[in-house]
Amino acid sequence: MAEPEASSAAANGGGRLRNAFGGVLSAFTLLLIGVLAFSIRLFSVIKYESVIHEFDPYFNFRVTQFLSKNGIYEFWNWFDDRTWYPLGRVIGGTVYPGLTLTAGTIWWLLNSLNIPLSVETVCVFTAPIFSAYASWATYLLTKEAKGTGAGLMAAAILAMVPSYISRSVAGSYDNEAVAIFALIFTFYLYVKTLNTGSLFYATLNALSYFYMVCSWGGYTFIINLIPMHVLLCIVTGRYSSRLYIAYAPLVILGTLLAALVPVVGFNAVMTSEHFASFLVFIILHVVALVYYIKGLLTPRLFKVAMTLVISVGLAVCFAVVAVLVALVASSPTKGWSGRSLSLLDPTYASKYIPIIASVSEHQPPTWPSYFMDINVLAFLIPAGIISCFLPLSDASSFMVLYLVTAVYFSGVMVRLMLVLAPAACILSGIALSEVFGVLTRSLKFQLSKLFDDSSSAVPASGDSSSESSTNSTKSENRNEKSETAPKEKPSKKNRKKEKEMAESVPVKPNKKEKRLLVLPFELSVMGILLLIVLGGFYVVHCVWAAAEAYSAPSIVLTSRSRDGLHVFDDFREAYAWLSHNTDVDDKVASWWDYGYQTTAMANRTVIVDNNTWNNTHIATVGTAMSSPEKAAWEIFNSLDVKYVLVVFGGLVGYPSDDINKFLWMVRIGGGVFPHIKEPDYLRDGQYRVDAQATPTMLNCLMYKLCYYRFVETDGKGFDRVRGYEIGKKHFKLTHFEEVFTTHHWMVRIYKLKPQKNRVRGKLKKLKSGAKSSSTLAAGRKNPWQ
Amino acid sequence: MATPPPPLRRATMLLVAILVGVIASTASADLVITRADRRVSAVDLTSHIVRVLASLKVRCSALFLCFHFVQVENVGPDPVSQVLISFPNIQAKNLAAIRAFGTEGKVKGQSTVLPIEVVQPSGAPPELTFFSALLPKPLEKGKILHLDVLTVFTHSLQPFPEEITQAEAQLVVYQDSAHYLSPYPVKSQSLTIRLPGGRVESYTRHPSAKLVDSELKYGASEDLPPFSYLPVIVHFENNNPFAVAKEVIREIEISHWGNVQITEHYTITHGGAKLKGEFSRIDYQSRPYVRGVSSFRNLIARLPPRAHSIYYRDEIGNISTSHLWSDSKKTQLEIEPRFPLFGGWQTTFTVGYGLQLQDFVFYSDGKRFLNITFGSPMEEILIEKLIVRVVLPEGSKDIEVSAPFPTKQWQEVKYSHLDIVGRPVVVLEKPDVIPEHNLYFQVYYKFNNISLLQEPLMLITGFFLLFVACIVYMRTDMSISKSSPSYLAKLQWDEVQATVQKIQGLFEQCLAVHDKLEASLRDLSRTGDIQSCKAARKAADAQFKELSKELKPLLTYLQSSPQSYQIWPKVEELITKEREMQEKLMTRHSTVVDSFEKKLRGQDIENRIALQQQKIAALRQEVESLLEYISEI
Repeated sequence: MAEPEASSAAANGGGRLRNAFGGVLSAFTLLLIGVLAFSIRLFSVIKYESVIHEFDPYFNFRVTQFLSKNGIYEFWNWFDDRTWYPLGRVIGGTVYPGLTLTAGTIWWLLNSLNIPLSVETVCVFTAPIFSAYASWATYLLTKEAKGTGAGLMAAAILAMVPSYISRSVAGSYDNEAVAIFALIFTFYLYVKTLNTGSLFYATLNALSYFYMVCSWGGYTFIINLIPMHVLLCIVTGRYSSRLYIAYAPLVILGTLLAALVPVVGFNAVMTSEHFASFLVFIILHVVALVYYIKGLLTPRLFKVAMTLVISVGLAVCFAVVAVLVALVASSPTKGWSGRSLSLLDPTYASKYIPIIASVSEHQPPTWPSYFMDINVLAFLIPAGIISCFLPLSDASSFMVLYLVTAVYFSGVMVRLMLVLAPAACILSGIALSEVFGVLTRSLKFQLSKLFDDSSSAVPASGDSSSESSTNSTKSENRNEKSETAPKEKPSKKNRKKEKEMAESVPVKPNKKEKRLLVLPFELSVMGILLLIVLGGFYVVHCVWAAAEAYSAPSIVLTSRSRDGLHVFDDFREAYAWLSHNTDVDDKVASWWDYGYQTTAMANRTVIVDNNTWNNTHIATVGTAMSSPEKAAWEIFNSLDVKYVLVVFGGLVGYPSDDINKFLWMVRIGGGVFPHIKEPDYLRDGQYRVDAQATPTMLNCLMYKLCYYRFVETDGKGFDRVRGYEIGKKHFKLTHFEEVFTTHHWMVRIYKLKPQKNRVRGKLKKLKSGAKSSSTLAAGRKNPWQ
Repeated sequence: MATPPPPLRRATMLLVAILVGVIASTASADLVITRADRRVSAVDLTSHIVRVLASLKVRCSALFLCFHFVQVENVGPDPVSQVLISFPNIQAKNLAAIRAFGTEGKVKGQSTVLPIEVVQPSGAPPELTFFSALLPKPLEKGKILHLDVLTVFTHSLQPFPEEITQAEAQLVVYQDSAHYLSPYPVKSQSLTIRLPGGRVESYTRHPSAKLVDSELKYGASEDLPPFSYLPVIVHFENNNPFAVAKEVIREIEISHWGNVQITEHYTITHGGAKLKGEFSRIDYQSRPYVRGVSSFRNLIARLPPRAHSIYYRDEIGNISTSHLWSDSKKTQLEIEPRFPLFGGWQTTFTVGYGLQLQDFVFYSDGKRFLNITFGSPMEEILIEKLIVRVVLPEGSKDIEVSAPFPTKQWQEVKYSHLDIVGRPVVVLEKPDVIPEHNLYFQVYYKFNNISLLQEPLMLITGFFLLFVACIVYMRTDMSISKSSPSYLAKLQWDEVQATVQKIQGLFEQCLAVHDKLEASLRDLSRTGDIQSCKAARKAADAQFKELSKELKPLLTYLQSSPQSYQIWPKVEELITKEREMQEKLMTRHSTVVDSFEKKLRGQDIENRIALQQQKIAALRQEVESLLEYISEI
């Protein structure tokens, strides 16, 4: 009896060890996934340098610097007079503080541990760190829905999905970097609460939602998606107390917390984006009440009560809905913000708000961009949806709903591809893990059968002839497979089991399996190989995207030529010049794209910046740029502008320069000041700056500042972006003087010439003449006088 | 020079270094300067540092350098132990460095460096500043002393006009005295000013003045009384880069892991004539040496050999325009600021590099000392304020500094990577630093190598404690209420899991017994040994009985437990299936044994048990999948 006792103990121990081993293995895998997520985003640092990227990150960086220098209370009260001159901007109340506070906290923590990292370094690496967190959150979320395997798969896929990389490479210090983590983590906590019905997780969920509200305006996605899911659960008859616990605390606590964030404030209860959640909240309570009453009453009584309640309830509902509709209708935008409206109606922006339409990331995406950003995941998603329905649980229905809404939103705005990415990763992870599960399982059975066949071939002489014939046909394949098969084994665990089985399973000629779906051996091996190849393609694509497509910081450009790498560092050259060689209080005018960079790198006051909150102000700058020199000088002078900065790519062929953006300046300027008319700048509907261009175009300030003395570079004035010679080659500037042009001419800075002394009488005469001649238009021409 | 003074203060711009030989303590008349040749080197006015060598030599630029060659004779009766050298105050305040070398006797022999100090002899005019060179041994009567004095002046070349356009060349003014200003009578003297070439706008006409090529010579004048002064002015073209560093902070951080890290922060301006009007890139690019002749676009730094990890950046990131050459003697770094510097423009940047510890830190008499140059490695740069911070490793004690010239010194504490008490920092500050100050200085300190391990050990301890805390957290019961329903439920759930695991173990044993039976059957078919087969059967029966006995209490527990409602049906199913399988197996076994006893043909046996075999296989698979399912819970 001692012997079986011992063996049973061993078996027990083996099981526990196997569990522990699995736990350690998956923990280790997760760690590696985190490392992968972090390190794949370091291409930008290795290929370029540790520097903040693009435009918005510079603003965030500047705010973080302010925070780390002045502390949190100063930060809330910060009125920034370096921007939107002369209006200024209340930073503390208009910024989503999540990212800034996160990086500021990390910096503070490190410094109090005497690890002297600069604020810049912390900012640069915030995004990669949070992508590691995001992939772990994905693991948790997927695990709640479909188990550990799917979780690991989804986490690995998310760690390197190009769409997310594009927003979170090292240096891309933008809200999305932390917001995606917050989004996934909030979803995880919601699903976790839904699965466990624990109030603890519900509270955590509200806190996580608060973090998301702090971080990104995209929090409205959460507060609409979760109610949708709750509604779905109720409609499909899946109401439970767990659902109630998952939702009700989130709405109450979440809304209270959200209202604490200054930039949201009372919007949390007053704008239409949040109404859905309250509506569902009411419905949920009604349903809860119904379920409660159902438990109290007998079925017959319940029916009676039901009709009563429904009739009364409908009446109340109508009343409430009517009030809501009236409230919403009374506000001009129907209570929706412009960006949200353009989400619901994709054509809204281009019709009414050119400033939103002018941003490239607010355009609808093209098909190639789907392939670029989520690659093979696009093909795996349908499989993922199917496996979510087998069987459908609360969690998996949430995944499907998330995916469907995210696909819609990504179709409206390129930028929201980012929201789609986690959904795509989760569903692809589920799909892949299910497929691998099926394939390896059938492989296991088939393989054990094969082993068994060969082992029993010697003793069982009496095998049926049909068996042996099939055996012989298989034998060639078998040799290959016995070599390749062990490699495909996902873990040692399986191999061990399979060995046990190979020893123990008796001869079984029957091919029929009752419960398990078993595929033929060749098919499963092929399937696994194909999946590995597919995954390989995905990895290769992701690495390429991370290394080549998404790592450029955009303030430093490089080009590879025969002589080697050529660096175009003109932007920083110009900003450094501004910061060292102009007066601290000088005002610099440029198109709004460069506002954040100018304030952050050059530390000079700008007129407009990327926050674009005041359309009129931007239109004023647009008008000045599209006006002739004298009018422009007057506008700029009235704004106290001392320097005008333009970006010009014609010499080196940098396409996103001001001339190419110029039509937007005309449009936005014309939207507010009607004397700027777009057709004046177009020849037969075509935008051009060559000899065919309209005189208005050739005389506007932007043209002149860009092409001043350009002809002297090659004698012809050949513009390498537009690909033709410019229209007006030789001209002088009367009201501006060139003070700095960078090495590759990419940034040109001009100074407003001081006003000339004039005889008093002459001045008066001029003024009155101007007034009488340009009547109405002059009145609106310059809003600041 | 960075902020050119008003035009009328031209006198102050004049950089002169004069060396006067004076014998004796009191009787200044006892000393006679037999010959004074001053050479103001405006070639070394490559930069704006004026260097004057008076055998008397003077070198000058916005630094000037003068060499004075002076021959001093003691005509008095008493031996003289010091020689006085005098400058007007306006020059003296621009004096950056003065050095004297003396040789006694007519023949050029071994020259010795003479210590120099500021003195104020009684009765001397207050407009003059006196320096006294102390002789190693008193100068006897009638003996002649050769004295070479090198003086370096800053801010002595004034741009005039003060503002120029991009295309214009930069003109500067230099003022000096044609006569050698000295408290002693001078028998014969001359002044030579070497100009950088190029245009000479004007110079003070004087009978003895001669301009040959780019060398302007005054003298030789004979028999001048003490304190004779004859102002001269030269106005000439000088397009050498007037690189002035407003402030340089040089941080030298010693790590005994093997590195000396040097970080230098520069604030550089072009100290020459200011740019007026436009800066046109097209002019600058098409004819850089004509349009933009007064600007400079690069600086050269000579770093020590084996410098590594060199970087060059400013507050907004890396600056990609730099070149590096290195060989065994030196490392040469050519840096270009982001933009060319025209007059009045300024920029900031940081250069950093690492050096080998053993090249700069040495050990003697129980003390370590750092031996490194004081000034910046940049060539021809005038530093208006240099702050050198030597960061010693944490735990250094008994810090002493020895510098070759007076500096302002104090100590600070810096907190860096994981420091607890902080690293002691020795700060040295000196105004008007020129390349001549690039001398070695030493910082002595005591440091115990054990302290090196402090930080790694701290990290190890930290992580160890973290893991211990994790383990403790996982192993301890942290629940507050031991009687709450959820806690009890958790306890029960744990027990259920344990039970389920035990059950699983039993079932696996069962399966093992099945296998044994199978094996016995196979043996039977091979050997035909019915007896052993029967024995195996008996053993198996016994084992099955034993196992089912063991199983019973577990099952009853599981059934009674409220937590097992999820698992129980599965377990039940498992049990029934297993029973069924056991039965089938037994019947098959008996059938086979039976048929062997009846000596039936193999084919017949196969036929008889074929159906059973199929069922058994199917059952076995079900049992196994159930087991797997349970183990996954």
